[in-house]
Amino acid sequence: MKNLKYLLLRRITQVTLLVLYFGANAYGWHILEGTFGSSLLFGTIPLADPYTTLQVLATGFVLGADVLLGAVIITLFYFVVGGRAFCSWVCPINMVTDLANWLRRRLNLDKEEVNYRFLKRSARYWLMVLGLIVSAVVGVAAFEVLSPITIMQRGIIFGFGAGLSVVIAIFLFDLFGVKNGWCGHLCPLGAGYSLIGSVSLIRVKHDHEACTNCMECKVVCPENQVLYMINKESISVTDGECTNCGRCIDVCNDDALGFGIRSFTNKTKV
Amino acid sequence: MANSNNNRRKFMATTLQSVGLTALGGLLWSGYTDEVKASPLVLRPPGALKEEDFLKACIKCGLCAEACVNRDSNKNKDGSKRDGTLQMAKGGDHRMIGTPFFIPTEVPCYMCDDIPCVPVCPSGALDEASVTNEKGDLDINQARMGLAVVHKESCIAFWGIQCDACYRACPLMDEAISLEYAKNERTGKHAFLLPVVHSDVCTGCGLCEKACVTEKPAIFVLPTEYSTGKAGAHYVKGWDKKDQLRAGERKLDQIETKTERSEEAPADYLNTEVEY
Repeated sequence: MKNLKYLLLRRITQVTLLVLYFGANAYGWHILEGTFGSSLLFGTIPLADPYTTLQVLATGFVLGADVLLGAVIITLFYFVVGGRAFCSWVCPINMVTDLANWLRRRLNLDKEEVNYRFLKRSARYWLMVLGLIVSAVVGVAAFEVLSPITIMQRGIIFGFGAGLSVVIAIFLFDLFGVKNGWCGHLCPLGAGYSLIGSVSLIRVKHDHEACTNCMECKVVCPENQVLYMINKESISVTDGECTNCGRCIDVCNDDALGFGIRSFTNKTKV
Repeated sequence: MANSNNNRRKFMATTLQSVGLTALGGLLWSGYTDEVKASPLVLRPPGALKEEDFLKACIKCGLCAEACVNRDSNKNKDGSKRDGTLQMAKGGDHRMIGTPFFIPTEVPCYMCDDIPCVPVCPSGALDEASVTNEKGDLDINQARMGLAVVHKESCIAFWGIQCDACYRACPLMDEAISLEYAKNERTGKHAFLLPVVHSDVCTGCGLCEKACVTEKPAIFVLPTEYSTGKAGAHYVKGWDKKDQLRAGERKLDQIETKTERSEEAPADYLNTEVEY
């Protein structure tokens, strides 16, 4: 039986957050109110998504201080815990895409991997910039119009309506279309957190001495290009695209992987 | 040499493809975004900025809807659920997704004195200053969510049937809606009690629309932009001293000649009997 520690911790975190948000609307709790776009923690501390904030700024609207402060708080937080920790520990779409990915492995849909020439992992950065341009041109926070993240979250809090189809679409795309298609290739919000994550503090560390090159970690990793050092060097995963989900640590039977603080000294060695 | 040429060609082609696809994506995305924001007849919470600015500013967090006192989770005195005024637009609502709005015929705005939905807005899409009075207090009567319009042909009060449902439902009775008395010439012995909306007072809460007894409400709230007309600066109320001042302010060289007839001074036209 493989270890599920981080997977369970992540699911508990994700579900707890959604329950708190749901409770804010349904029962009037004041723990976490709002949505991931902008929230209120304990009724006082503002939180805001940095990319959403940038989009509103791109429309030319000078935002209220609450949102700006909230975006700074969130950015600083993810500077510490690893930018894309948002993606794997918080974002509700992660549960949908992880399920699609798990089914892919179960149904052996990965065997005949098609080479999608036009869908590179860098597409998300193009989309991120494009989202800001479209926001500026149309005068509406553009990604928020399609974002399955807040559509799903608002669905859980206020009711889904036809928004459910967006979530199903992402599931089908990841299952039958591109592997890790949404989170790994398209999502501009995640791209924003990747940029934060490229300098963040908490990172996965690899111990070359312990590694037996079983490659379990690479199979399970949603962004396995960041694990290029497996069985090569003892360094941390410094790539911002690593989601700090800890799945590789779970599946590693050799204790070759674990969370640690980014080492600034061996930076030159890489 | 040939190889480097090939590489360069491949690089150029890839770049062109990327730029082209990005442009295509951007156009589709813009088109879609522009389309979904074009849902004009939507009523926003109190204090909302002008629709265009509101759409720019709203971060779609739902804090206003959660602060609204009229929510499913809040109970009435008898323990029954209260329906929510503010809804967050979801797929299928045909409104900008994630933005707050209300439908008066379902649940109108009950105009809470403390306007809980406005101060919680973190982005400034709901402008506190616009619902603050001279004393610096939040004042829901300053809100302009829309303006009620009476459709005379379907309003049964205009038929001569006695109905004052909207008048009595209005939280600003006799201020936002007053009754005008008129003689019913058809019967000769009855009176019309006609509802008249006063646009300088009406907040657009929609309680009148909700209360209207006709099958489809004969009084309904529209966003102010769609429920008002505009006379234009060149119409001056001669009986209004303040408005009359505007006539004096006009400079003669700025007066446009629009028709052949208006080239002549009115006096000339009358005195010389010019024919056109």
